[in-house]
Parts: sequence; C-alpha cells; structure tokens
Amino acid sequence: MKTLKPVDVVIAGGGWTGLLMAKEIATRTTLTVAVLERGPARKMADYAAGMDELDYNVRLRLMQNIAEETVTHRHSVRDAAVPVRQYGSFQPGTGVGGAGEHWGGVSYRYEPDHFTLATHLRGKHGAARLPENLAVQDWGVTYGELEPDYWRAEQLIGVGGKAGNLRGKIVEGGNIFEAPRSHEYPNPPHKSNYLMNTFHKGAIDLGYHPYPVPAATLTRTYRNPDGVTRAGCVYCGFCNRYGCMIGAKAQPSNTLLPVLASRRNFELRPGCWVRRVIHRGGKAEGVSYTDAAGEEFLQPAGIVVLSSWTLNNARLLLLSGAGEPYDPATGKGTLGRNLTHQVCAGLQMFFDKPLNSFMGAGGMGEAIGDFEGEGKVDAGMLRGGGFRTQSSGDGPIASFGRIPPGEAKANWGAEWKQSSLRWYDRMGSVMFEGDHLAYRHNYMDLDPTYTDKFGDPLLRMTLDWTDHERLQERFAMRIQMGLAKAMGARPGGMLRGVGKRYSVTYYQSSHVQGGVIMGASPEISVVNPWLQHWRVPNLWVLGGSTFPQSGWGNPTLSALALTYRAADALVNRYLKRPGGLA
Amino acid sequence: MKRREFITIPAASLGGLLLFTLDRRPLRSQTRDGSVRVPLKFFTEAEARIVTAAAERILPGDESGPGATEAGVVIYIDRQLAGPYGRDKNRYTKGPFVESVPEHGYQGKATPREIYREGLRGLGDLPALAPTLQNEKLRAIEKTPFFALLRAHTIEGFLCDPMHGGNAGLIGWQLVGYPGPLMSYRDEIDKNPGLPWRRKPVSLSQVLGRPVKGWEEE
Repeated sequence: MKTLKPVDVVIAGGGWTGLLMAKEIATRTTLTVAVLERGPARKMADYAAGMDELDYNVRLRLMQNIAEETVTHRHSVRDAAVPVRQYGSFQPGTGVGGAGEHWGGVSYRYEPDHFTLATHLRGKHGAARLPENLAVQDWGVTYGELEPDYWRAEQLIGVGGKAGNLRGKIVEGGNIFEAPRSHEYPNPPHKSNYLMNTFHKGAIDLGYHPYPVPAATLTRTYRNPDGVTRAGCVYCGFCNRYGCMIGAKAQPSNTLLPVLASRRNFELRPGCWVRRVIHRGGKAEGVSYTDAAGEEFLQPAGIVVLSSWTLNNARLLLLSGAGEPYDPATGKGTLGRNLTHQVCAGLQMFFDKPLNSFMGAGGMGEAIGDFEGEGKVDAGMLRGGGFRTQSSGDGPIASFGRIPPGEAKANWGAEWKQSSLRWYDRMGSVMFEGDHLAYRHNYMDLDPTYTDKFGDPLLRMTLDWTDHERLQERFAMRIQMGLAKAMGARPGGMLRGVGKRYSVTYYQSSHVQGGVIMGASPEISVVNPWLQHWRVPNLWVLGGSTFPQSGWGNPTLSALALTYRAADALVNRYLKRPGGLA
Repeated sequence: MKRREFITIPAASLGGLLLFTLDRRPLRSQTRDGSVRVPLKFFTEAEARIVTAAAERILPGDESGPGATEAGVVIYIDRQLAGPYGRDKNRYTKGPFVESVPEHGYQGKATPREIYREGLRGLGDLPALAPTLQNEKLRAIEKTPFFALLRAHTIEGFLCDPMHGGNAGLIGWQLVGYPGPLMSYRDEIDKNPGLPWRRKPVSLSQVLGRPVKGWEEE
C-alpha cells in the first residue's frame, strides 16, 4: 500500500453532503481538502445524451454497480440473509454528485416534533402506551436551532415553493401546517398542470389544505449566495434517475463544483473506493482506498469525513472498527442501530383525459399537509405523513400497460394491448410518504457470508414492517380513495406499498436512514449533535445515516442543513480547539 | 468461430409511417420493398424466429395498430442479450445461491442469456403454430422468470429509443403518441389542460443532431 502526502481533510464520498462540507472548509479556511469518490466524474453533456428511458430509468445507469457491492437483507434475526441481487426497494447513486445527481429535487423540512420525537411521543401518549420495542430518539438538535441552516440550504439549491407559515403568520396557499420559516422560499412554485389543478380542487372540496411541493428544480433563472447561476427548468421530464442537461435541477455537480473548481486547496479524486478509516487511540489518521486501476493507497489526514450513502457510512465504520456494533438482543452498542426506511404507499388514479405525463419536473406537484407529522390520523397511529401528486415526467416504457384493474384478463396479448393503448397517459397517482418509526429489531451489521468485489463483508439489513406501518398504509389508502373520488378519477391498483413483509423487489424510496445516528449522549448515538464521532473527535459523519428515525418527507434538505451546522462547528469551534464538541 | 447468424425480415413489415383515420384508427403505410438481413449478435436464426413469434403474441399487430414484429423487438432483445445486461454485469452474482422468500426476488445464478437459451428450448415449434395455439403455449409458461423477461423486453423493444434496435421507424412512439425526448415543454407545461399534446416523434439522436450509443454498445 502506497502512503500519500497528508492532506488536512479527507472526505469519503462526493455527493451532496461531502461536497458541501468540502465547499465550506475549502472556501472558509486554507486547509487542503481531498474528496474521494468511487464512481466516475460526469459532464452536463453526458446528461443530454442520457435522455434515454431504457438505459437510465430501466437499466439504472446512474446507480452504483450492484455487481460490485450490494447489501443483504433478512426480516428478523431468526432468518438467513440473502443478497439484494438487483435493485428494487432503494437505488443508491454513484459518481461525482452521488444520488444528488439523479434525485428529484423534492425539498421538505421536517416538522419541530420530529426532532424531539421520543420526548414528544412520551409526553403525548405516556411511555407505557408506546410499543415496547420503539427506539425513536431525540436528535439533539431542535427545529429552531436548525431553521437558519434550512434557510441556507434552500438558498444554496434555490428551492421553489410557497411559505405557509412566515415567522408565525399563516399564509393561505402555502403549507399552513409547516413550522414557522424565517423567509419566503427563494423561488416561486412550479407551474401547475391539469393533474395538479385537479388535485388542488379535489383537496379543497374535501376540506384539505393543498400547497405546491417545494422543489429544487429551478422555477426560474437563479443566482445563489455563492454566485452560482443556474437556468430555470424546461420540464423535459428527464429528472428522477437522470442528470439535468441544463443544470436546472440542483445537483452537486452544478451547484457546488463550480465554487470548488477554482479553489487550489481542493482536490477531487473520482474512481477512488474508500475501504477503511484508519484510527488509533481515539484518533483518525486517514483512510485507505483502492483506485480505479486497483492500486491501494493510504491517505493520511488530520480530519476524516464520511459522506458516502447511508448504508455505506455504517458499513465503513463497522469494517473499520470505529464504534461498538449494536446488539439487538441486549440493546448494547450504538453502531448500526435505528435502521429506518420510509412508509411509501401510492394509489393509481385513472382519468378519462390524457395527462401529457411525459412533460414534467422532479418535485413538480401538489401536496396536502393535513396529515404531515400527525394531524387527524387513525387511532393507534403515532405518526402520519404527506400526500402528494406529482408530475415528474413519465417515459413510454414505464407508462405502457398501466390499466385499471379488471380491464384485461392477462397482462399480455391483444386485449391487454388494446386496453393499454386506451389508457395510455391516463394514469396519475397520489403518493403517501409516512414517517418510518425506529424499532429495536431493525438494524444493520456486517454479513457473515457475502462479500463485495474486494472480499470485504457486505452490510446486512435486518428490517421488517410492524403493525404500525400497516396501519399507516390502510389509513393512506382511505385518504387516497377519497382524493381520487373528489378528483373524478377512477381508482386503480396500489403503487409501492408496505404489504405483509418488507420487500426488496419493488421501488419504495431511496430514503434509507440510520445506523450512525446522532444524539445527545454517547450511550444512545454514534455521533454528537454536530455530527462528530463521540469516540473519535476528528471523524465526522454526514447524511441520512445520522438520522435517528425517518421523517415522512424527503431527507436531502435536512441532510444539507445538518451539514451546514456541522461545517460551522468544525470551522468555528473544532479548528480553534480540536477535541470533542459535546 | 461461431457461424454468423442472420434473421431476414421483410422490409414492409418493419417500421413505417403511421396515419390515423378520422375515428383515430391507426393505418400503417409502408412502401419499402425487399427484405432486411439483420446480423444476430446472440440468438441463432431459429431462436430469433421463436422470439419474433412470442413477442408478436405479447404485443400483437392488429386493428389497434402495429405490434412487436413491426417494431423490430427481436433485434432489440438480441442486442440487449449480447451486451452487459445479458451477461449480468450489473447484478450481484456472487454465491452462495440460496432460494429465499418471494420478498427477496430472483436469487438464481442464471443470466438473462442463459434464461433465454433454456426457455427458448421449450418453444421450438412456436413459429409454425397458429396464433391461438401459440397463445396456449405461452399461457403455460406465463408464470416463469423467462416469460417475465420476455414480456418486459417486448414492451421495452416496442417503446425504447431506436438507438437500441427496437421501435423501428419510431412506430411504437407514433402509436402511443409519445413525441420523443424533446428538450423543452416550457411553453406547453401548463397549457391545454386535459388535451393531448402530440407531435411527430423524434429520436434522441435526431434531437441532439449526432449519433448516440446505447449502454449495450459500450
């Protein structure tokens, strides 16, 4: 193994959080920063040539090559885990920009009680009435503390939306259930199409409170506080699972790299696969990695930041022996605990008019806030979630064959084809995204059998749904049926969904969280509220892996806000006095 | 060296311009004569004939419009199987291979190429049968992983960008009314609510004005 010249900061993972941390450190200090990204670098021109449904939406060309590394899954400790052999329930990205290149740009904030969920639920229901195996925790940071960083994140990526609560003043047309925000969104909401207008009207008829989904697919030309100018969205419909060919969708490559490109203290190394964090006596010394040619390197560094995807952050720490692995039998250990996904359930809605659903943008949609967090949910439900309809752009392969149940006897042949043509472009959906509560039995550790391309153990997920998630799904279905009826649509089949047991075979969301959770004390968390490792103070961990439980909303904006907060702590406090900040 | 295999397709049965009558019935106009001799990259000629026949039952050409044969679906599938997808270059294929619960999906060792080769062996006489008998034969295998692939690939080959070998003459996009990967709907996105927006479709290379290669060719 070749030992390289030391750098001040090495960052493992070149996605949203890693490159934002790199930008903050490289522009605010003279420290040298190296970002190691195992995937390739891409150009905006690649994204124009990538407007191809087959390669990108079907074959998932922007995702991490699952042949090289995957995870294994089992429903409980009594079962044997098997590998996730092809992508299904979630899709990790790879390459410079990470999943931030192919995301849809939906940019929600979490509500205040989500950050203090354990305290909130105990106070509301009494500890004795909560499920025995519930493992939800407080984050160690409050909404009020994070609000300025949410605002910075919204400005960074140029979120378009409409405020519903401006410093406590309720604003009709925005999400009136949201927490107070200090500023109106940097940009106006997306234009509204037929599907969104129909949803809006139906929701109002039912007494709900619709609002436009906040989105980082720019609704007009926008210059952010870093001086980066991006063009407004043109609604080409190649958004989720694609990179943006004009840079309208905020991606690390078009939002952060333009700032970093001119910094001489910044270096980006694609094709570099970080294998271990090297640490001794409570101090990180650097990382080891293998480059695209297969050569192994040791990169010494004064500060190590882990910012790879959720599951890989946990795996790197487990492989490196940095933290005590969680044991579900005893409840001891913190590394790997509180694995959560997201409770996603949709209802197909069929219209008698064409929707032109090939047009659209990620995050272009209409939502209701009435059940976000809690609202009037069913008895026995601790948390609800958000409902929305979305026009993010549908290609013909995905659209063909979506027909109302009972329209054809088989899913092939003449009758099915004719029905598919009759209903082509007639399907919209209303999706539910619910909080996924953390439980003691859902966690991650290293798999004893299966390995990656280097022979390192894969991460093993032990994860299953409980009655609470099934209750959320049933509740969602009832609300969705009501919305479909109010919209004059014919309800169709279910999309995504919880089902009897957790399934890796169909897409749910890529919002897997936990494993390296943050919290107020080292007994219950791996990193402190500034995302600094409790036992290794010069090791920082960013992104969804630090979330103690999943919120109903998409996590990227919260990951960015927490990264700003961590960067402030690192630059303003840690560098002046290295050591534990909490 | 393996003998080069070809499939010969009458030009008149491939692609073409789709015209719609006043009552929206599709009429296919095709003026090309002769035949196209397409070199096969994976299938033997006999296998290609079986795939052609099976895909045509899944998505038949009929009074509702053209089907799998006219779109050249077999060419698409042949190229996919010849490329990285057919060899499972993007699927986790390390052992041990253990059968598990349905929630874990396909856990087998066989690649799409192997699944096809094996599956086609059981359909040897398909091209010679009458359509109703063909349907019966396919119904008998409709729960198999092979049929699931065949069905998914037929839809893909019917509606993919023509760079991948299917959707010949953009016939699939013409039929469903998809305009192709156009760069902007900025002025259309909130117009004509509830009305179809239809244009003569264009392929990605036509939009970009340069050739584009599919993943299977890299």
